[in-house]
Amino acid sequence: MTEHSTGITRRGALKAGAAAIGALAAPSYLRAQAAAVKIGVLQPLTGALAFDGQAGRLGAELAIKAINAAGGIKALGGANIEADFGDARSTPDGGSSEVERLASEGVSAIVGGFASPICLAATQAASRYDLPYIVDVGVNDQIVSRGLKNTFRFAPGSSIVSAQALDNLVKLNDAAGRPIKTIMLVHEDGLFGTGLANLLQTELPKRGFEVLDSIAHPTPSRDMSNVALAIKAKNPDLVIPSNYYGEFVLLARTMQQQRIKPKAIYAVLNGAASNYRFVKEFPEAAQYVIDTNHWYDPRNQTALDLKKEVDGMGKFFTYNVALNYSAVLLLADAIERAGSADRAKIIEALETSTFSKHIMPYGPTKFVNGQNTGAAPVNTQVQDGDIKVIFPDAFANAKPVFPVPA
Amino acid sequence: MFAPEIVIAAVINGLLTGAVYALVSVALTLVYGVLHIINFAHGAILTAAMFAAFFASQAGVDPLVALFGLAPLFFALGYATQRYVIGPASHGRDSNILLVTLGLSIVIENALLAAFGSDTRTIDTPYGFSTIDLGFIFLPMPRVIAFGVTCLVAALLWALLTRTDTGKAIRAVAKEKLGAALVGIDVTHIYAVTFGIGAACLAVAACVLLPSYYVQPRAGEAYTLVAFTVVVLGGMGSVPGAVIGGLFIGVVESLSGLYFGESLGQLGIFLIFILALLLRPTGLFGARG
Repeated sequence: MTEHSTGITRRGALKAGAAAIGALAAPSYLRAQAAAVKIGVLQPLTGALAFDGQAGRLGAELAIKAINAAGGIKALGGANIEADFGDARSTPDGGSSEVERLASEGVSAIVGGFASPICLAATQAASRYDLPYIVDVGVNDQIVSRGLKNTFRFAPGSSIVSAQALDNLVKLNDAAGRPIKTIMLVHEDGLFGTGLANLLQTELPKRGFEVLDSIAHPTPSRDMSNVALAIKAKNPDLVIPSNYYGEFVLLARTMQQQRIKPKAIYAVLNGAASNYRFVKEFPEAAQYVIDTNHWYDPRNQTALDLKKEVDGMGKFFTYNVALNYSAVLLLADAIERAGSADRAKIIEALETSTFSKHIMPYGPTKFVNGQNTGAAPVNTQVQDGDIKVIFPDAFANAKPVFPVPA
Repeated sequence: MFAPEIVIAAVINGLLTGAVYALVSVALTLVYGVLHIINFAHGAILTAAMFAAFFASQAGVDPLVALFGLAPLFFALGYATQRYVIGPASHGRDSNILLVTLGLSIVIENALLAAFGSDTRTIDTPYGFSTIDLGFIFLPMPRVIAFGVTCLVAALLWALLTRTDTGKAIRAVAKEKLGAALVGIDVTHIYAVTFGIGAACLAVAACVLLPSYYVQPRAGEAYTLVAFTVVVLGGMGSVPGAVIGGLFIGVVESLSGLYFGESLGQLGIFLIFILALLLRPTGLFGARG
């Protein structure tokens, strides 16, 4: 005789249990605030660019903290923003594979990238998922010239920065009685440095400067002795370095060691020349170095408070912090106006953004083909252990020292 | 073209850089010559030693002083690693040793990454910016010191290998493991001693490198690849070969950097690597097979 079970089967018990758990969980689920909006924060957290990547991540974290503390996204019932951090490992491949992962984990948008090659690869990978991507730094002009609808760059690109760098160099030189006639370019051999050097090489002669040489070097470099020797041999009035942090520090140290003192070092988008860490660690090598770069608005109270907070953490308030902070605020504003975490709606909202609550010396945001046309760089100069803004006059908090006293 | 003093300066710079290559290569070649293993953990051990030197410097001990403590410490660590990790894990098969050292390098690198993050760190020494003026070139003091220390270490190592019983035992094991065991040499012990000496050399290299370089969890990697080239060029297992090879590669890198641009500076190294393999696979000082 077969015994028919009339009791509780295992399957039945599981079903009942699941239902009960569901019923128990439901009220608390309803009570909780709206589901968080997940955003990807992509930075080169390891590898050669880790210093910049960590700073960028810090900026994004601080912005998310500020947004959530102020009540989250109000249009979504006070939904918090939740970061999903990706490590691009300082390579384009690393960047695009992290974008794949972030996309599959359902982020609504991605902010960051830092280096131009990473941004190029990552924005392209994100475009396959129509995933909005806000480039934090990556200055190469190709980033916004490929017609990718998902790609927005909040900061100025290399053509905007170099145009301003050239204008201001002419102004500085004229004001000082034109001491600079010959120039030497030192640049990293990647997308960012080479692109910039090519541009400068065609534009500088038009403004009456003679370019003696343009030296490329790899990132990372172990040694800058040869570059220093080449500079010494040509003896230019001005050196324009475009490189990342480690290499510029090596170069500046080697030049100091070899007593190579051009009339000025005028950097364009340099990784170290406007970096508090460099100024603190090598004050002598850093003295009077001029940079044309991203910088926070020194008159903005939020920026000053943020700087105090970052200083208090024992970290450096680099432009990466300010840019990523602003870029996340910009994204949050777009999500707020879109009233949705939907990717397509966020892209639409970014396209029409007029966001102005950032901490950069920019006007209101206006994207044309993905480039924020309100963005502009400033000129900074290291003066006695601090980094001062010397151009444009509207944001300046110091007078330029040019040429450098012998 | 460049003025002669610039070329001479580049050669001298190359020799100074090459000295560190030589020191790193001596350690690699010694381990290869005796243990017949390619030590993939080489760069990682160098990085670990650089971190040790960095923290010694943070604690107020100059790397050149720390050297006297770190070299014995890394000897002991190297000895223990070979005796209790690499040796037992290999079960007598060379291919296993390869994988064990590769695994070790990954473990060490990532442990350093987890502990200290990936920031590049530099130290400031009183002699960090001092130079020797030769009239046409300023020689950076830290690198001159590195050069001197390398010569000293190479000489000491040479004396150790040729003049002491341990040295004789190391050479015996390198030549004929079974024969060495038959005459009563403790082969396991000699293996570990050799690995320890290699690690100690790396500790010395780290201490002289740090004042003019930076450290981060992958800092040693750049030196490993060059060291392999130097070892092949100088002859596998040859200490003088590694010293001369290191200096030579340093000069080649410097000159090709000067003439072809920094981006292609490394090209010269690998051209020589390929040429050495093609034309003289035993290396400059290698035993002919």
